[in-house]
Amino acid sequence: MTSRSVRFKTTWIWIFLVPTVVLYGVYTIYPIIASYWYSLVEWNGFDADQKFVGLSNYREVFADPLFWNSFKVTLFFMLLVVPARVLLTLLLAMVLNSPKLPLIGLLRSAFFIPVVTTTAIIGVVMRFILDPASGPITTVLTKLGFGGVDFLGDQHLALPTAAVLYVWKFFGVTMIYWLAALQTIPYELYEAARIDGAGTGQLFRHITLPMLKPFLIIITVLTVEETFHNFDLMYTLTGGGPYFHTEIIEIYIYRWAFAASIPQLGHASAAAVIFGLLVAVVGALQLWGVYAGRRLRGDQR
Amino acid sequence: MTAQVVVRTDRQRRMLRRMPWWIAALFLVGIAVLWIFPFLWMLSASLKDNMEMFAGGLKLWPSKFVWDNYARAWNDAHFGRYLINTVVTTVITVVIVTIRCATAGYVLARYRFRGSKLFLGVLIATLFVPTGYTIIPVVKISMQLHLIDSLGGMILALSGGAYVSAILLYYGYFRQIPRELEEAAIVDGAGFVRTFFSVMLPLAMPVTATVAVLTFITTWNAFFLPLVFTFSRPDLRTVSVGMQAFVGETATDWSGMAAAGVISIVPVVVLFIFLQRYFVEGISGAVKS
Repeated sequence: MTSRSVRFKTTWIWIFLVPTVVLYGVYTIYPIIASYWYSLVEWNGFDADQKFVGLSNYREVFADPLFWNSFKVTLFFMLLVVPARVLLTLLLAMVLNSPKLPLIGLLRSAFFIPVVTTTAIIGVVMRFILDPASGPITTVLTKLGFGGVDFLGDQHLALPTAAVLYVWKFFGVTMIYWLAALQTIPYELYEAARIDGAGTGQLFRHITLPMLKPFLIIITVLTVEETFHNFDLMYTLTGGGPYFHTEIIEIYIYRWAFAASIPQLGHASAAAVIFGLLVAVVGALQLWGVYAGRRLRGDQR
Repeated sequence: MTAQVVVRTDRQRRMLRRMPWWIAALFLVGIAVLWIFPFLWMLSASLKDNMEMFAGGLKLWPSKFVWDNYARAWNDAHFGRYLINTVVTTVITVVIVTIRCATAGYVLARYRFRGSKLFLGVLIATLFVPTGYTIIPVVKISMQLHLIDSLGGMILALSGGAYVSAILLYYGYFRQIPRELEEAAIVDGAGFVRTFFSVMLPLAMPVTATVAVLTFITTWNAFFLPLVFTFSRPDLRTVSVGMQAFVGETATDWSGMAAAGVISIVPVVVLFIFLQRYFVEGISGAVKS
């Protein structure tokens, strides 16, 4: 009886897991593994035959200066975006966390709105707003006596512009992270300190900052990982141009796999595998940082 | 008499003390308006005619309201069609993802079975897998299963994304429900399935709302997968892909494009305004856990 009911339960447990096992297995786990196989073959995607070529795709990818370019662009973009997202949002979150501020709900919503809107559409709309011939920004600049600036067409300006737009678009996410972190600090702590005569600067230095430290690491990890998902904005904003100056790895992969007249899935997959490893390595490094940080704090106590 | 004076000065003092906060708030409102300027511009552009748009510069209020832009976007640019595709895709994906994450999170949280630890471990390891990495095999396997070029295939692929955080949200919630509740249900004669659907799932309503809202917005805004899935079927495009195609086809119709953008974005923004609590909870869950 009991063994039958146990078996019955086990059956149901697996039935409950089936949808996730199937969908997640087919569309997440399988692709992660299959990418490795694809990266070892030469294949245009149409023909049935996949010629095994060993590591030659990797050799080609490593020899391709444009791959290294996209690698650099991806990392550089990360460096541009992460500090801005993590630190500026902290400032705004601290202001928006103060219980005395009027209109707080409205303000939070306003700063959050870009997050929920469709990134691909924002990319297109921003192209018009920044249009060097007749976009509204150009109109203002011209009226102020400056010439029009081709923000997205200039090879030195395109990436920083995209970075600013990216920070704007996803500012709200990090802001919510910080607000959640700030709300873990009991308000009584501030009140007690204030009664003891602490000033605003002291409150920040001795309460807010130490209490936020563990969150700083987590929020940085999350933000860094999010910057790797940036295909939508980059593709619609610049398509990787001008002259590959904003071509992040995801666009590089896309170009070889889908935008070429003869798709080279082997080459694209090799790049994808390297990209996956990069994401994993950066993630692992950061988790190690979190772990080391925790140990350090443990030792101090 | 004197007491009244004291009261009044007290109130005045309180007002005075709040003054800096009001000034700060007004300053922030100014920044917030600049912050959402792109949306205001889009809304205004969608109501101007193309001539005024080019000449008008920054003026937001159109001199004449041109509703025809919306008709053009809806019919000629097929945004009516795209909107239906997006709604269908999003709603079905939300249902699939919510159910599968709820059941998986429940089982993982409440039962220990062979492989449960491994299951969780694999899930967490794939927390950050980017679409750019998985896209090629996803397309290939969809071709082999004859699921490419169909909304159904796109929905399955979108629901098969990791959604690890959704499972973890359910996992965390179901974990902290006391065991007695489940036992009571079993004593009352409820089986495994009944216990879940009539006791546990209703309890997890806040999590369900959060997961549904987050999935809705993720799916509505999805671009990479829908782009690749509709290469040879323009009629299956979602709004995000449609916008990109619109630019490629008629590069001069700015106000039509602005109208198309408004059509595409308004549903998510409205949803957000009404359900923002759940949305914010879902995002802050990532930090708290």
